[in-house]
Amino acid sequence: MILVLIDHDRGVIDPLSLRALTAARKLGHDIEAVVIGSDGTGLAAIAGEYGAKVLHVGAHSAITDYTPMASGRALKDLVGKLQPAAVLAAGSPRGNEQLAHLAAFLDIPMAAECSEITLGTPHHVLRARWAGNLIESANVHSDLLVATVVSFSVEPESVQGAAASVAQFEPDLQPADTVVKILSRDSGETKGGVTLSDAKVIVSGGRGVGGPDGFGNLEELAGLLGGTVGCSRVVTSSGWRPHAEQVGQTGTKVAPDLYIAAGISGAMQHIAGMKNSKTIVVINTDPEAPILRYADYAIIGDLHQVLPALTSAIRQAKG
Amino acid sequence: MDVLVCLKRVPLAGGTLILTPDSRDIETKHLGFGISPHEENAVEAGVQLVEQMGGTLTLLTLGPSDAEEQLRSQLAIGATRAVLIETDGQEWDPQGTAAALVDAINAEETKFDLIIFGAESADSAGYQIHIRVAHALNRPIVTNVKSMKIENGIANCERVVPTGREHYEAPLPAIITVRDGLNIPRYPSVPGRMQARKKIVDMKKAEPRVPKLEKVTLALAPSKDKGAEILGKGTDAVPALVDVLKQIGAF
Repeated sequence: MILVLIDHDRGVIDPLSLRALTAARKLGHDIEAVVIGSDGTGLAAIAGEYGAKVLHVGAHSAITDYTPMASGRALKDLVGKLQPAAVLAAGSPRGNEQLAHLAAFLDIPMAAECSEITLGTPHHVLRARWAGNLIESANVHSDLLVATVVSFSVEPESVQGAAASVAQFEPDLQPADTVVKILSRDSGETKGGVTLSDAKVIVSGGRGVGGPDGFGNLEELAGLLGGTVGCSRVVTSSGWRPHAEQVGQTGTKVAPDLYIAAGISGAMQHIAGMKNSKTIVVINTDPEAPILRYADYAIIGDLHQVLPALTSAIRQAKG
Repeated sequence: MDVLVCLKRVPLAGGTLILTPDSRDIETKHLGFGISPHEENAVEAGVQLVEQMGGTLTLLTLGPSDAEEQLRSQLAIGATRAVLIETDGQEWDPQGTAAALVDAINAEETKFDLIIFGAESADSAGYQIHIRVAHALNRPIVTNVKSMKIENGIANCERVVPTGREHYEAPLPAIITVRDGLNIPRYPSVPGRMQARKKIVDMKKAEPRVPKLEKVTLALAPSKDKGAEILGKGTDAVPALVDVLKQIGAF
């Protein structure tokens, strides 16, 4: 049996978990799923739809929100009881973090960001490194395989399964497990309700924008297309835009329907964060810019002229 | 306030990667070296804490003897001293690395109030060494921190997520991992560089362990040129782009 951690935020599923479930099914074992926190109980239907027979719910009065070390303890308790062949989760910050706690509790290896998994002795994985630019072939020497599935390596596929049966368990938490947890939140850095990771359209600017003022053109176009503004690392480290807008390995990884890259040459750390966008349009003065390899369409030209012209042409076309 | 920052020497690669003939490493003949982006923020955070609260800032790395170069350049930013756990240049797996770091930390006379890591390494991205160290030292850990304040022996941390910000607290002694955006790392001053030459870098040896996450080979990820359709030059190409955007339903 393979156990898949379904990550959720106060009962709302992280859709990357569905990719982890789909990847797990390909290994040819029965699938069971686990959520940490009783507010994950409502995910039994979707867990079943994506192939899990059972949804284990790690519930404890001390787990009221994301508590990563407690997640690791709960997974350890459950693994001891169920003896699965592998524990998988999405290669998201939270997926990686919770499974790393599990691996640390058990003192066994963990393979993060896997694109391919073969169970055996040893287990074998392909995993993404260098912002996805390198693929490592690695052996994992342990009975239980702990691994996360790299984002976007697999499309979620439903099997139209019946709702998973719910099996609640109470992890044997130690005081140290619940010291670090979410105490409060605010929706500080998002503007107009469209966040980078939800946006269908992102208009992104790089060094070529030239300064904070140049982003007015990008904001206008993004507003017109119902999208939001992104940027490359040089823009945030120059203080032109807030870090929340940074796309790339050290910022947010995005995959919108339309990504317009204006004045971005395309360091591999930036490419890693946007190459899965459905349609990529590049506006750049340099016809040799590396980002062109990843583009579907390109205009060779100065963004300071092209963007205002584009904005007014779209306005006209919209009528 | 005694702070420890853990670093990793990595090749500085922005464009295309090339592999060594045995496909086990990146060819670094023509590359410079540095530290991972988030780690520059980690050092800056450490320097600021010591400036505000007094105390010491120690740097720790595991790597080849050449990693002294990265330690010296960060000592120039304002760290007190550094420790280098010297390897034979081979990459160690995360469990082996974490264990060696823990041994080195335990061997220090200073009991660090705060240990800071970068959120992920540029090259191996294993997402676990910091957590293994936290478990071994029995300390709380907050990851991916983008804003931090130390007050009354508690690290108040914020993490930025797609929906906004999450607030965490960790009582000291604690471990945090920080992200790019936490602060703006300063450049070393000329006197800073001069002083760094005289600062102490303790060299230690550690025996490699048999890796449990065992690298076999590396391969370049397939990156096919999508063959962009060039719509034209300058504003003349705008009508063609408007057609494309209409076609894909962008408006």
